[in-house]
Amino acid sequence: MTFHQQQCSNGLTIIGEVIPEARSAAVGFFVRTGSRDETLEESGVSHFLEHMLFKGTKKRDAAQVNKDFDKIGANYNAFTSEENTVFYASTLPEYHQDATEILADILRPSLRSADFEMEKKVIIEEIGMYEDNPGWMVFDHARKLFFADHPLGNSVLGTTQSIIDLKRDQMLDYFQRRYIASNITLVASGNFEWDKFLKKAEKLTTNWKFGMARRDHIRQTSGSAEFKLLEKKTTTQQNVVMICPGPPAASPLRYAANLFAMILGDQSGSRLYWSLVDSGLAESADCSFHEYDGAGAFYTSFSCDPKQTHKNLEIVIKQIHELITKGITEEELEQAKSKVLSRIVRAGEKTMNRLQEVGMTWVYLRKYKSVDEDMQTYEKVNLRQMQQLIERYPLLRLTTTAMGPLAKLKMPEIPKQPKVPNAQHS
Amino acid sequence: MAKQVFHHTFENGLTLLAENMPHVRSATVNIIVPAGCAYDPANMPGTSSVLSEIILRGAGKNNSKELSLAMDGIGLDRSCSAGTNHIRLWGATLSRNLPKTIDLFADIILKPHLPKSDIESVKMLAAQEIMSIEDDPKQKVMLALRKNHFPSPLGNDRRGTLEGLKAITHDALTKFWKKNFRPSGTIISVAGNIEWEPLKAQVEKLFGKWKGSDVPALKLSPGKGGKSHISKDTQQVQIGIAYPSVTYGHKDFYAAIGAVNVLSGGMSSRLFTEVREKRGLCYSVWASYQNFKEVAAVICYAGTTTDMAQETLDVTLKQIANLTKGIKEEEVKRLKIGLKSSMLIQEESSSARAGSIAVDWYYLGRVRPLEEIQKAIDSITTKSILSHVKEYNPKEFTIVTLGNKQLKYGK
Repeated sequence: MTFHQQQCSNGLTIIGEVIPEARSAAVGFFVRTGSRDETLEESGVSHFLEHMLFKGTKKRDAAQVNKDFDKIGANYNAFTSEENTVFYASTLPEYHQDATEILADILRPSLRSADFEMEKKVIIEEIGMYEDNPGWMVFDHARKLFFADHPLGNSVLGTTQSIIDLKRDQMLDYFQRRYIASNITLVASGNFEWDKFLKKAEKLTTNWKFGMARRDHIRQTSGSAEFKLLEKKTTTQQNVVMICPGPPAASPLRYAANLFAMILGDQSGSRLYWSLVDSGLAESADCSFHEYDGAGAFYTSFSCDPKQTHKNLEIVIKQIHELITKGITEEELEQAKSKVLSRIVRAGEKTMNRLQEVGMTWVYLRKYKSVDEDMQTYEKVNLRQMQQLIERYPLLRLTTTAMGPLAKLKMPEIPKQPKVPNAQHS
Repeated sequence: MAKQVFHHTFENGLTLLAENMPHVRSATVNIIVPAGCAYDPANMPGTSSVLSEIILRGAGKNNSKELSLAMDGIGLDRSCSAGTNHIRLWGATLSRNLPKTIDLFADIILKPHLPKSDIESVKMLAAQEIMSIEDDPKQKVMLALRKNHFPSPLGNDRRGTLEGLKAITHDALTKFWKKNFRPSGTIISVAGNIEWEPLKAQVEKLFGKWKGSDVPALKLSPGKGGKSHISKDTQQVQIGIAYPSVTYGHKDFYAAIGAVNVLSGGMSSRLFTEVREKRGLCYSVWASYQNFKEVAAVICYAGTTTDMAQETLDVTLKQIANLTKGIKEEEVKRLKIGLKSSMLIQEESSSARAGSIAVDWYYLGRVRPLEEIQKAIDSITTKSILSHVKEYNPKEFTIVTLGNKQLKYGK
């Protein structure tokens, strides 16, 4: 595989990873904007705007956008997170150019009023769908509780009210601020010809506005460390999310952080698996590392019979405490690495996954990493780096959110951040 | 691009399938054993599902922890789960770890410890899984729809019931394993960067002496069908609709898939356009084809706020009925490219291929070459879809709704 990059005069970056043996080609626009870049009055606009991009341009109405994607058999969609809005499509190689053309076109939407009002209804339906799903809702609450006044606590969906109140002009204003060329990366991956792609892409985007899109309030946070119980009588299980600080996306400790999450809470063979799931105390338990611009966090979650909640909280705290005081074993680290390596290889075989990986790595690190380079980086992580992670981040500074039928729940005592023994291995 | 799919049926009835994918570095192993929830003892629904959890807790010379370590040590992502007809053991890793994977999987299938000490914790897990359906309204409505629409025991939920779980003992589990784990009807399918001869020799050595009788036929009794409502205080009303279709391998199969794609393939399909894009009635609406050997159905779903629910149901049913009024050329063109793309892009995934070749074998007793599928897709026309939907025009729908308002089921 070969990597290419090009900086256009309007500030747009175009990158591509060519994999000649791939069966498909993928293309995506990565816009560096999300809920953290919204003002309070605009809450939910990034995600709403993502929907509006499929509602048409000067050239196409909404139905035509869908028809043109379907006509080339594209697998296409978009997603919005706290920091990114991504539009992507994968097709057979012969349709890669067409997919690029449609995507580039919808990146300059008309935002027609009638479409805006119609799509508002769909967004409100989407919010309603998530509100009926406590396993999802608890994460939104947990993030808000942890990040507090930090913009990363902003909800991606917004609220029904904030969506009802949103005006088309506010969306247009947001679009003009955020969707400028320098804030966007065009990414391609798979079986395509770079020169042809570049020529086409440059032509399609040449009129895009030059300018700067700022991101404010880039800072770390160690979280509120609060505890909140949300009673929801209509549910049967208790859903719990515990968040503690971790390294930001640009930190060299991000690899150690991913391995740490795996050792603590991977769905097989992890500490939480053995202490909570194997014993049947929780239906599921998980730890995952989320990295952002300037901040990072570990999300540890479990779902269980409400009666077990207090005991399970104690177990999670004990497991983290032990990882800090007794450290990670060589064997555990090797085991986590072999899992990561296998997952990297398998994900790397799918063009769509490569598009996400190559795109996100570029957006956060301004770097390209091939599958092999990514593997080598993980292979090199040692116990010393794991220890650095444990020393640098207060992993027991937990912000805890519990949602479910319980009306009362006592949060167990969290031991003071213990003194970390010096790293014995190198 | 013609590629080879290897096949061997051993004397004991076990089938081994393999597809070599020289362009990948991974390998996936997929084993289906005819011990799904359709074979659960009548008073113990959930047996197969509980077995699929406890079966990973130690096998051969490894206890539970050692087995888990051995699999993690080779970066083996795996799962074992119960379906309607089969228990499926699945694992994906780097292809160099394939022989070790087969060794470990053979232990799990043939020499599981099924430790008595774990029975309570496994049942606790299973009970929580049943309880958590209550917190997922979409899943709840779709499970009820399956149950009402498909003949029993095909429509049963693999999770079983809380009463069923209570009745399950260690003895019953062991008995179920002994009775239903058999070479006949078991399919081992492997895809990835692999070598056939050594694979075949290894499987022969490990599974060659495995014995068992033939898979017994299931006694089916019809589902109750009809319309029902589950009352629940939720933001949205969940709607599930089912009607019969033709089975895999039927001469109309591709016309039926075509019809489902006219309804729900891509965002320009009829349901997405009419229900969501033109009317803004919901976020999620779709139709899909679901099948067993004996029966098949089209299953539709929509989730929408209470005030919009009646209109959503009406519009969805109307779109299904409208299929018989005509199919457009551009619709067929679009769905054919969609089907062709997914077929070819599947070649990137050893996991998808291992699953696909097993499905073909289970339903058809052979693996269809790519060219054959391609030809079948090419043969879809407006006419073939239209004559199919006319012949199989649903006279009656099974409908289940969930939410705080009951809907009217009009014509």
